[in-house]
Amino acid sequence: MLLAVSALTFLLSEWAPGDFFDEMRLDPRLSDETVRALRERHGLDRPLPERYLRWLVSVLQGHLGFSFAYGQPAAALLWPRARNTLVLTASASALAWLAALPLGCAWARRRRGPLAAALGGGTAVLLAVPDVVVALALMVAALRTGWLPVGGMASLGHEEMTAAARLRDLAAHLALPALALALGMLPMLLRHVRTAVAGALDEPFVLAARAHGIPEWRILTRHALPAAANPLVSLFGLSLASLLSMSLLVEAVMGWPGLGPLLLEAILARDFHLVLASVLASTVFLLGGNLAADLLLVAVDPRIRAEGA
Amino acid sequence: MSRRAAGLASLVVLVSVHAAALAAGFLAPYDPAEQNRTMPFAPPTRVRLFEADGRFHGRPFVYALDEAAADGGRYEEDHTRACPVRLFVRGPSGGLRLFGVDDPARLFLLGTDGLGRDQLSRLLHGARTSLAAGLLATGVALGLGWLLGVAAGYYRGWVDAVVMRAVELFLALPWLYLLFGVRALLPLHVPPGRAFLMIVLVIGLVDWARPARVFRGLVLSARERGYVLAARGFGASDAFVIRRHIAPATCAVAATQAALLVPQYVLAEVTLSFLGLGIGEAAPSWGNMLSALQQYHVLVSYWWMWLPGLALVPVLLAWSALADAVAPPEEAAA
Repeated sequence: MLLAVSALTFLLSEWAPGDFFDEMRLDPRLSDETVRALRERHGLDRPLPERYLRWLVSVLQGHLGFSFAYGQPAAALLWPRARNTLVLTASASALAWLAALPLGCAWARRRRGPLAAALGGGTAVLLAVPDVVVALALMVAALRTGWLPVGGMASLGHEEMTAAARLRDLAAHLALPALALALGMLPMLLRHVRTAVAGALDEPFVLAARAHGIPEWRILTRHALPAAANPLVSLFGLSLASLLSMSLLVEAVMGWPGLGPLLLEAILARDFHLVLASVLASTVFLLGGNLAADLLLVAVDPRIRAEGA
Repeated sequence: MSRRAAGLASLVVLVSVHAAALAAGFLAPYDPAEQNRTMPFAPPTRVRLFEADGRFHGRPFVYALDEAAADGGRYEEDHTRACPVRLFVRGPSGGLRLFGVDDPARLFLLGTDGLGRDQLSRLLHGARTSLAAGLLATGVALGLGWLLGVAAGYYRGWVDAVVMRAVELFLALPWLYLLFGVRALLPLHVPPGRAFLMIVLVIGLVDWARPARVFRGLVLSARERGYVLAARGFGASDAFVIRRHIAPATCAVAATQAALLVPQYVLAEVTLSFLGLGIGEAAPSWGNMLSALQQYHVLVSYWWMWLPGLALVPVLLAWSALADAVAPPEEAAA
């Protein structure tokens, strides 16, 4: 799959007009010979299949190609950024799921009344407000109140702090983008949790449990939630793609140094290998997340384990 | 509110928004590119009926801005210069406009941006760009998805295998990353007209896979129906069967898909332009208008710069309500 993605992008890049060194040609300080020499050094004058093979070899060696703009292997640039994106998306999904599970259960229990109306209206509005606007609104709130730092990942003087202070600093910077991302995911998660739990609560075994006089709280946690777990775990895998897309946007708007801004800079600099590396990294995230979801599914659903055995 | 009523209401909203965008040249009081360099970020002009000393006018009027104060970044009305608001005035190029105001006053109902351009005029002209981009991109994605999906579902065999592998490939990437990746291959600085076409094509080409999968599923079940088998038994050509029997079976789903995709693509154009990868300066679009908010002082100080983002909310709400309303009943129940 990764091979196919990379081959496709390489092919497309061949049709694309211009490369990194075309922009350089506009610079009057550089002569045509210099540019040509640079192209030769980076192997851009070779035919396409050879370039692709060389790139593949470089991937196997762990370099992921060479960033023209930064003058170093793309992998070295990529890893810290990918780690930051992972931190952001993981904490945002934790936040969103922690909010969606209790709210969704409450919504499934009482399908009429003020709470259900508030949740229904809230999700409809949140779904319609673009993520950009949510992110910007949160930034205004933070700038106005001064409660949370806006932009970046660390304060000045981060290096001199103690470990605990560093962690607190990171959390403060993380809060805003994570909140924006969680708010973007929440309406979809909430609706699915509601549907899944409501479906489980309508099953005959819940009626039986009620007839036995088992307390409502225990019915919910012990009987309904495990039954609803299967679609929810699948949803976790499916929601990853939109989570990553949303994260790209939130990172770019809020200046979180993740994959998103890196990709954006790479595009603006026409730094092809870096673009390719970022896109591939996002695919790896997605595939890894789906794998994790599948494994989790086996862990929580005894029916699937029985099938496999 | 019933589904039907919600659908009708959203239809009314969408028709009026699109009509307003189409009539932008008539409704907008100024040219969207007309700059007033002395009046950056001017607040919305107040339309009054009473003068400062309490005199009443039957015709609404506005005060001209005090140029001396404007130089210091403050905007104060010059109470000696009242200029009436007139309906159906001629613009500088001779076109008819719904309303305007006599010189030297300016009527900025929604304020101005950093170059002193009228925000209302830009909002209306920008709606044209952004909404049209969404509609056309949907046309491209649905058309391509329909062709490939129907071909895969109808002919099966190697066509099906190739198309479905490609679908999996496209769906394996987070779509914004894919969109940006494809965008990265195209030149950065292009004139607005070509940029518009480019955006439409990129969005459409990147996202054909989802509709293609839906259509393939539909065709797979439709081709086994009795009337299709009968038609083929009578020796009808493939083209005839597809046109006469397969295409009608996909209509309802195509409508639902369109209602789901258009808002996403409007948003995609806004996102690309917001980040500077879409339609560039001069031609307004909701995305590049919003990109002014990337500067913190604009973000915090001038609420009218938010309007393109807020205008998106009713449009997106209406599209999702419409998608609910046109979905086949069994889908809506699930």
